Amino acid sequence: MYESILNQPYSLFGQFERLRRELDDVFGVSGLPNSIRSVAPGTFPAINVGRTGSSVEIYAFAPGLDASKIDVTLDRGVLRISGERASGIPIDDPKVQVYTRERGAGSFTRAISLPDDVDPAHVNASYRDGVLQVSVARRESAQPKRITVQ
Amino acid sequence: MSDNKQVTRTGPGAEQEQQRAVLPAVDVFEDASGITLLADMPGVPKEQLELKIEDDALLIEGGVQQPTPDGLEAVYAEVRVPRYRRSFTLSRELDTARIDASLKDGVLTLRIPKQAHAQPRRIAVTSG
Repeated sequence: MYESILNQPYSLFGQFERLRRELDDVFGVSGLPNSIRSVAPGTFPAINVGRTGSSVEIYAFAPGLDASKIDVTLDRGVLRISGERASGIPIDDPKVQVYTRERGAGSFTRAISLPDDVDPAHVNASYRDGVLQVSVARRESAQPKRITVQ
Repeated sequence: MSDNKQVTRTGPGAEQEQQRAVLPAVDVFEDASGITLLADMPGVPKEQLELKIEDDALLIEGGVQQPTPDGLEAVYAEVRVPRYRRSFTLSRELDTARIDASLKDGVLTLRIPKQAHAQPRRIAVTSG
Protein backbone atom coordinates (compact mmCIF):
# COMPACT_ATOMS: atom_id res chain seq x y z
CA MET A 1 0.00 0.00 0.00
CA TYR A 2 2.78 2.42 0.89
CA GLU A 3 4.40 1.53 -2.36
CA SER A 4 1.42 2.60 -4.42
CA ILE A 5 1.32 5.93 -2.63
CA LEU A 6 5.02 6.48 -3.24
CA ASN A 7 4.71 5.59 -6.87
CA GLN A 8 1.95 8.08 -7.52
CA PRO A 9 3.48 10.75 -9.70
CA TYR A 10 3.01 14.30 -8.44
CA SER A 11 1.45 13.11 -5.21
CA LEU A 12 2.50 14.54 -1.89
CA PHE A 13 4.14 11.26 -0.91
CA GLY A 14 5.87 11.13 -4.25
CA GLN A 15 7.34 14.53 -3.45
CA PHE A 16 8.54 13.26 -0.08
CA GLU A 17 10.10 10.30 -1.76
CA ARG A 18 11.91 12.59 -4.16
CA LEU A 19 13.06 14.78 -1.28
CA ARG A 20 14.38 11.73 0.51
CA ARG A 21 16.30 10.69 -2.59
CA GLU A 22 17.72 14.17 -3.04
CA LEU A 23 18.85 14.25 0.57
CA ASP A 24 20.48 10.89 0.04
CA ASP A 25 22.28 12.39 -2.91
CA VAL A 26 23.46 15.45 -1.01
CA PHE A 27 24.57 13.71 2.13
CA GLY A 28 25.80 10.63 0.38
CA VAL A 29 23.89 8.13 2.47
CA SER A 30 24.50 5.36 0.00
CA GLY A 31 28.13 6.37 -0.52
CA LEU A 32 28.67 3.83 -3.25
CA PRO A 33 30.75 4.83 -6.25
CA ASN A 34 28.62 5.78 -9.19
CA SER A 35 29.27 5.39 -12.86
CA ILE A 36 30.51 8.62 -14.45
CA ARG A 37 27.66 8.34 -16.96
CA SER A 38 24.93 7.55 -14.48
CA VAL A 39 21.75 9.59 -14.73
CA ALA A 40 18.96 10.57 -12.38
CA PRO A 41 16.48 7.81 -11.61
CA GLY A 42 13.45 7.96 -13.84
CA THR A 43 15.38 9.09 -16.91
CA PHE A 44 13.88 7.87 -20.18
CA PRO A 45 14.45 5.14 -21.20
CA ALA A 46 14.92 2.91 -18.16
CA ILE A 47 17.70 0.41 -18.72
CA ASN A 48 18.40 -3.08 -17.45
CA VAL A 49 21.69 -4.81 -18.13
CA GLY A 50 22.35 -8.51 -17.92
CA ARG A 51 25.21 -10.79 -18.71
CA THR A 52 25.60 -14.34 -19.90
CA GLY A 53 28.74 -16.31 -20.56
CA SER A 54 28.83 -15.25 -24.19
CA SER A 55 27.08 -11.88 -24.35
CA VAL A 56 26.05 -8.68 -22.60
CA GLU A 57 22.35 -7.90 -22.94
CA ILE A 58 21.00 -4.37 -22.64
CA TYR A 59 17.26 -3.79 -22.37
CA ALA A 60 16.04 -0.22 -22.89
CA PHE A 61 12.39 0.29 -21.91
CA ALA A 62 11.49 2.83 -24.58
CA PRO A 63 7.83 2.54 -25.59
CA GLY A 64 6.24 4.26 -28.55
CA LEU A 65 9.24 4.66 -30.83
CA ASP A 66 9.66 4.12 -34.52
CA ALA A 67 12.14 1.23 -34.69
CA SER A 68 13.78 2.59 -37.84
CA LYS A 69 14.61 5.86 -36.11
CA ILE A 70 16.32 4.47 -33.04
CA ASP A 71 20.02 5.21 -33.20
CA VAL A 72 22.32 2.68 -31.55
CA THR A 73 26.07 3.22 -31.68
CA LEU A 74 28.98 1.46 -30.04
CA ASP A 75 32.14 3.47 -29.85
CA ARG A 76 35.18 2.57 -27.74
CA GLY A 77 33.16 0.45 -25.39
CA VAL A 78 30.37 3.02 -24.89
CA LEU A 79 26.94 2.08 -26.14
CA ARG A 80 24.72 5.03 -27.00
CA ILE A 81 21.00 4.77 -27.57
CA SER A 82 19.27 7.85 -28.90
CA GLY A 83 16.04 8.71 -30.60
CA GLU A 84 13.03 10.86 -30.50
CA ARG A 85 9.56 10.24 -29.22
CA ALA A 86 6.53 12.02 -30.56
CA SER A 87 3.91 13.24 -28.14
CA GLY A 88 0.66 11.32 -28.26
CA ILE A 89 -1.33 14.41 -27.38
CA PRO A 90 -2.63 16.40 -30.35
CA ILE A 91 -1.16 19.87 -30.18
CA ASP A 92 -2.79 23.15 -31.09
CA ASP A 93 -6.28 21.78 -30.90
CA PRO A 94 -8.37 24.09 -28.74
CA LYS A 95 -11.06 21.44 -28.33
CA VAL A 96 -8.68 19.02 -26.65
CA GLN A 97 -8.39 19.30 -22.92
CA VAL A 98 -5.37 17.61 -21.37
CA TYR A 99 -5.75 16.21 -17.86
CA THR A 100 -2.60 14.19 -17.33
CA ARG A 101 0.70 14.55 -19.10
CA GLU A 102 3.23 12.12 -17.65
CA ARG A 103 4.66 10.50 -20.74
CA GLY A 104 7.67 12.41 -21.90
CA ALA A 105 8.20 13.47 -25.49
CA GLY A 106 11.16 14.76 -27.41
CA SER A 107 14.67 13.55 -28.05
CA PHE A 108 16.62 11.39 -25.64
CA THR A 109 20.00 9.77 -25.40
CA ARG A 110 21.55 7.34 -22.96
CA ALA A 111 25.08 6.02 -22.76
CA ILE A 112 26.27 2.85 -21.09
CA SER A 113 29.89 1.84 -20.73
CA LEU A 114 30.32 -1.82 -21.49
CA PRO A 115 32.92 -4.16 -20.05
CA ASP A 116 36.29 -4.38 -21.82
CA ASP A 117 35.73 -7.86 -23.14
CA VAL A 118 32.90 -7.06 -25.57
CA ASP A 119 33.29 -7.68 -29.27
CA PRO A 120 32.03 -4.61 -31.21
CA ALA A 121 31.83 -6.65 -34.40
CA HIS A 122 28.96 -8.75 -33.04
CA VAL A 123 26.09 -6.52 -31.97
CA ASN A 124 22.40 -7.25 -32.47
CA ALA A 125 19.56 -4.88 -31.74
CA SER A 126 15.85 -5.61 -31.84
CA TYR A 127 12.77 -3.64 -30.84
CA ARG A 128 9.80 -5.52 -29.48
CA ASP A 129 6.80 -4.46 -27.40
CA GLY A 130 8.48 -1.13 -26.72
CA VAL A 131 11.72 -2.63 -25.44
CA LEU A 132 14.97 -2.24 -27.32
CA GLN A 133 17.23 -5.20 -26.73
CA VAL A 134 20.88 -4.84 -27.65
CA SER A 135 22.98 -7.97 -27.48
CA VAL A 136 26.74 -7.52 -27.60
CA ALA A 137 28.89 -10.62 -27.88
CA ARG A 138 31.83 -11.11 -25.53
CA ARG A 139 35.21 -12.05 -26.93
CA GLU A 140 36.01 -15.69 -27.20
CA SER A 141 39.01 -15.29 -24.92
CA ALA A 142 36.79 -13.85 -22.18
CA GLN A 143 34.34 -16.74 -22.17
CA PRO A 144 34.53 -19.26 -19.41
CA LYS A 145 36.51 -22.33 -20.32
CA ARG A 146 36.79 -25.70 -18.76
CA ILE A 147 40.36 -26.58 -18.11
CA THR A 148 41.29 -30.19 -18.17
CA VAL A 149 43.50 -31.30 -15.36
CA GLN A 150 46.44 -33.26 -16.66
CA MET B 1 -7.46 -23.85 8.93
CA SER B 2 -7.36 -24.56 5.24
CA ASP B 3 -10.62 -22.67 4.80
CA ASN B 4 -9.03 -19.58 6.25
CA LYS B 5 -6.21 -19.75 3.79
CA GLN B 6 -8.63 -19.88 0.92
CA VAL B 7 -10.45 -16.85 2.14
CA THR B 8 -7.26 -14.82 2.35
CA ARG B 9 -6.23 -15.85 -1.10
CA THR B 10 -9.45 -15.07 -2.89
CA GLY B 11 -10.47 -12.09 -0.82
CA PRO B 12 -10.44 -8.60 -2.28
CA GLY B 13 -7.01 -7.10 -2.58
CA ALA B 14 -5.27 -10.43 -2.11
CA GLU B 15 -4.02 -10.41 -5.64
CA GLN B 16 -2.60 -6.96 -5.26
CA GLU B 17 -0.65 -7.98 -2.22
CA GLN B 18 0.82 -10.92 -4.03
CA GLN B 19 2.20 -9.08 -6.99
CA ARG B 20 4.03 -5.81 -6.72
CA ALA B 21 3.43 -3.39 -9.52
CA VAL B 22 4.46 0.09 -10.58
CA LEU B 23 2.30 2.83 -12.01
CA PRO B 24 2.66 3.28 -15.75
CA ALA B 25 3.06 6.86 -16.98
CA VAL B 26 -0.09 8.05 -18.73
CA ASP B 27 -1.43 10.85 -20.86
CA VAL B 28 -5.15 11.56 -20.57
CA PHE B 29 -6.98 14.00 -22.76
CA GLU B 30 -10.53 14.72 -23.79
CA ASP B 31 -12.15 15.97 -26.96
CA ALA B 32 -15.76 16.44 -27.99
CA SER B 33 -16.47 12.74 -28.54
CA GLY B 34 -14.57 11.05 -25.75
CA ILE B 35 -11.49 10.55 -23.62
CA THR B 36 -8.20 9.09 -24.83
CA LEU B 37 -5.76 7.46 -22.46
CA LEU B 38 -2.20 6.55 -23.43
CA ALA B 39 -0.17 4.39 -21.07
CA ASP B 40 3.51 3.46 -21.31
CA MET B 41 3.81 -0.26 -20.70
CA PRO B 42 7.09 -1.30 -22.31
CA GLY B 43 7.75 -5.03 -22.40
CA VAL B 44 4.12 -6.07 -22.07
CA PRO B 45 2.90 -8.36 -24.85
CA LYS B 46 -0.77 -8.44 -25.78
CA GLU B 47 -1.34 -11.73 -23.95
CA GLN B 48 -0.14 -10.26 -20.67
CA LEU B 49 -2.35 -7.20 -20.78
CA GLU B 50 -5.52 -7.11 -18.75
CA LEU B 51 -8.21 -4.46 -18.87
CA LYS B 52 -11.07 -4.63 -16.43
CA ILE B 53 -14.11 -2.50 -15.91
CA GLU B 54 -16.11 -2.86 -12.76
CA ASP B 55 -18.93 -0.37 -12.32
CA ASP B 56 -17.14 2.86 -13.00
CA ALA B 57 -13.61 1.67 -12.23
CA LEU B 58 -11.17 0.96 -15.02
CA LEU B 59 -8.18 -1.21 -14.18
CA ILE B 60 -5.16 -1.53 -16.42
CA GLU B 61 -2.66 -4.24 -15.64
CA GLY B 62 0.18 -5.79 -17.56
CA GLY B 63 3.12 -8.07 -16.92
CA VAL B 64 6.51 -7.56 -18.53
CA GLN B 65 7.62 -10.55 -20.53
CA GLN B 66 10.89 -10.43 -22.38
CA PRO B 67 12.79 -13.11 -24.23
CA THR B 68 15.96 -13.68 -22.22
CA PRO B 69 18.90 -15.86 -23.14
CA ASP B 70 19.78 -18.80 -20.93
CA GLY B 71 21.93 -18.08 -17.94
CA LEU B 72 21.22 -14.35 -17.90
CA GLU B 73 22.54 -12.72 -14.78
CA ALA B 74 21.38 -9.21 -13.87
CA VAL B 75 24.14 -6.65 -13.60
CA TYR B 76 22.15 -3.47 -13.33
CA ALA B 77 18.41 -2.89 -13.20
CA GLU B 78 16.24 0.19 -13.27
CA VAL B 79 13.08 -1.77 -14.02
CA ARG B 80 12.84 -3.98 -10.97
CA VAL B 81 9.14 -4.65 -10.76
CA PRO B 82 8.01 -6.35 -13.96
CA ARG B 83 4.37 -5.38 -13.67
CA TYR B 84 2.30 -2.27 -14.29
CA ARG B 85 -1.00 -1.54 -12.63
CA ARG B 86 -3.16 1.55 -12.48
CA SER B 87 -6.82 2.22 -12.01
CA PHE B 88 -9.07 5.10 -12.90
CA THR B 89 -12.57 6.11 -11.96
CA LEU B 90 -14.69 6.77 -14.99
CA SER B 91 -17.63 9.09 -15.06
CA ARG B 92 -21.19 8.30 -15.98
CA GLU B 93 -21.36 9.93 -19.39
CA LEU B 94 -18.65 7.63 -20.71
CA ASP B 95 -19.71 4.56 -22.65
CA THR B 96 -17.75 1.70 -21.13
CA ALA B 97 -19.27 -0.82 -23.53
CA ARG B 98 -17.59 0.79 -26.52
CA ILE B 99 -14.04 1.21 -25.23
CA ASP B 100 -11.50 0.65 -27.94
CA ALA B 101 -8.07 -0.61 -26.88
CA SER B 102 -4.87 -1.16 -28.81
CA LEU B 103 -1.34 -2.00 -27.76
CA LYS B 104 1.55 -1.06 -30.01
CA ASP B 105 5.25 -0.85 -29.21
CA GLY B 106 4.55 -0.87 -25.49
CA VAL B 107 2.00 1.94 -25.59
CA LEU B 108 -1.58 1.17 -24.66
CA THR B 109 -4.15 3.42 -26.31
CA LEU B 110 -7.63 3.47 -24.85
CA ARG B 111 -10.41 5.38 -26.48
CA ILE B 112 -13.42 5.83 -24.24
CA PRO B 113 -16.31 7.38 -26.14
CA LYS B 114 -19.02 9.43 -24.54
CA GLN B 115 -22.54 8.06 -24.43
CA ALA B 116 -24.25 8.78 -27.71
CA HIS B 117 -27.60 9.23 -26.03
CA ALA B 118 -26.48 11.03 -22.95
CA GLN B 119 -29.33 13.37 -22.31
CA PRO B 120 -28.69 16.69 -20.73
CA ARG B 121 -30.42 16.63 -17.40
CA ARG B 122 -32.57 19.41 -16.27
CA ILE B 123 -32.44 20.16 -12.62
CA ALA B 124 -35.58 21.55 -11.16
CA VAL B 125 -35.17 24.11 -8.47
CA THR B 126 -37.89 24.27 -5.91
CA SER B 127 -38.34 27.27 -3.77
CA GLY B 128 -39.39 27.35 -0.17
